[in-house]
Amino acid sequence: MKSNNREVLIVDSTLRDGSHAMKHQFTVQDIVQYARGAELAGTKILMVGHGNGLGASSLQLGLSLVSDKEMLVAAKKQLKKTQLGAFLIPGFGTIKNDIEPAIVDYGVDVIMVACHCTEANITRQHIQYATKKNIKTYGVLMMSHMISAEELLVQAKLMEEYGVAGVLLMDSAGTYLPKDVSEKVSTLVKGLKVDVGFHAHNNLGMAVANSLIAVESGANILDACSRGLGAGAGNCQLEVIAAVLNKVGIKTGLDLYQLMNNSENIIAKLMKAPIEINDITLTSGLAGVFSGFAPHAKKAAIKFGIDVHDLLIELGKRKIIGGQEDIIIDVANFLKQKKEFKDEDYQIESLL
Amino acid sequence: MKKIKVGIIGTGNIGSDLLIKIIRSPYLECGIFTGQNPDSEGILRAKKLGVKTSFESIRAIEKNPKCCEIVFDATSAKGHLYNAPILKKLKKFVIDMTPSRIGKMCVPSLNLESSLKENNINMVSCGGQATTPIAKAIMKINPNTQYIEIVSSISSKSAGIGTRNNIDEYTQTTSEALVYFSGVKKAKAIVNLNPADPPILMHNTIYAQIKNPKIDLTTKEIKKVVKKIQQYVPGYKLVLEPVYDNGRLTTMIEVIGRGDFLPIYAGNLDIINCAAIAVAEEYARRKLKIKKHEIK
Repeated sequence: MKSNNREVLIVDSTLRDGSHAMKHQFTVQDIVQYARGAELAGTKILMVGHGNGLGASSLQLGLSLVSDKEMLVAAKKQLKKTQLGAFLIPGFGTIKNDIEPAIVDYGVDVIMVACHCTEANITRQHIQYATKKNIKTYGVLMMSHMISAEELLVQAKLMEEYGVAGVLLMDSAGTYLPKDVSEKVSTLVKGLKVDVGFHAHNNLGMAVANSLIAVESGANILDACSRGLGAGAGNCQLEVIAAVLNKVGIKTGLDLYQLMNNSENIIAKLMKAPIEINDITLTSGLAGVFSGFAPHAKKAAIKFGIDVHDLLIELGKRKIIGGQEDIIIDVANFLKQKKEFKDEDYQIESLL
Repeated sequence: MKKIKVGIIGTGNIGSDLLIKIIRSPYLECGIFTGQNPDSEGILRAKKLGVKTSFESIRAIEKNPKCCEIVFDATSAKGHLYNAPILKKLKKFVIDMTPSRIGKMCVPSLNLESSLKENNINMVSCGGQATTPIAKAIMKINPNTQYIEIVSSISSKSAGIGTRNNIDEYTQTTSEALVYFSGVKKAKAIVNLNPADPPILMHNTIYAQIKNPKIDLTTKEIKKVVKKIQQYVPGYKLVLEPVYDNGRLTTMIEVIGRGDFLPIYAGNLDIINCAAIAVAEEYARRKLKIKKHEIK
């Protein structure tokens, strides 16, 4: 590992992915308080908004307490050196309704355009629009465990062609083991001219380790969240990965004590529940299901009187992707009707 | 029996599927199938079917205006911006398959009659065809509905490059159609492309924010609407009757395609094309003075 003088860009997604853990109920005060802390910690990019990005506040995914506009404007006021970032998934938000006002009116400096890992060509319009406005734009491939390293490279190259500054791979289901990370990240590093990044989830307890492996494999962007606040079992814990990188001699430009202070005195206090690996998030990690599904699956299982583990495993089998939260109800209804289903078909062992 | 001639501009998924439906139609025949690439798969397939083809796109119709009376534009929103004024000059009845929104929006079960009086109609989007009649049914029974949101999931394989390049126009047009047809104050449309293999069927969820909805009456009305749509989209199916919790009514529709050009999973392709053919056939029947066969 070439660690001398290497610097890794850590993107702080606490106020974006963390929104999932808050059931999208961040208040303006939460945002103001955390943005102030992030600025003090020397954060380069602070992502803010609904967990699924601009325009995603919906009955499908959960309504935000505060509008995209209010969130971004409130955060922007607190930031000086720290750049404000917004996330968008085509199909949920649009250029006209969301990206344009975010850039022109709310002062967003960085845009991440995300899509399911096989669908990069739906991001062309949005990436080209943002880069034309001289906005630093990243492409994000979600649920990247679902296809091979070579297939990911094909998709990442499309984003590169559209003009991104870097491509991030998301382990949206928290299902990666270190060998998966090193294989996929190094394939992208070799094949792309632009930067490569990694976004971990902690369903199998691997988020920090996998993020380190990503850096060792050549990634120079990491997505992380204070106290791990994020969907499912949470994300790569920001202050921990910063400490770990520090230990191996990789620069982040972040103030570690301030990061810990933010985690302890801001995020820990506003969290609804501790971020932990429980039976549901562990099962969803094993099943390769989008981390954001956990609360929806829990609700649907109760409503339809079925086992939540069976539901998550069935969703994994059907390869339901992020954004298809409505299908959870459909599948729950299916499982309820399929009373005679054989238990052995649904054992966790079958996934290992 | 005499048939009315139609032209198809655009030789991708939509155009190729329309062609098969037209060949089967008792009232329509294809006068020209025209695109930009002489070697496109669509053109080669059409040639094999004995259909007259061209790679001069709209120029083929300009050069020989008599080749068709009805024109389906299956290019792109941008393409139709260019084609629309030319077709207007040529006095063609234009059925626009793109999300250009130049013409009046048409959903046959809702406004077939008034659409036939226009010279350019827009077929909204596949999600719009599938969900606006349901939205209208919900509003009819529950005028106090505050907000409607629809989510369409379609298989990646059925989403051609046109849909992908126009994904913003797609969601924008669909949400505007929801407001226009149902009268709800606020609406949102979401689209998901799912790459699962075997491909998923087209699936639509309709959510409505309502206080105290009349569930039984709403269910009855929706079933009535579904029956009406099934007259021109045979694979249109109600898979989840309205359920209500937490102020949110949820109902789901699945569309199984006829398997004309793409396999049955491409219900999205099928529904917008079936709707377009329903309009063209009604137009043709009137021209041919064949007894009315309106959608009841």
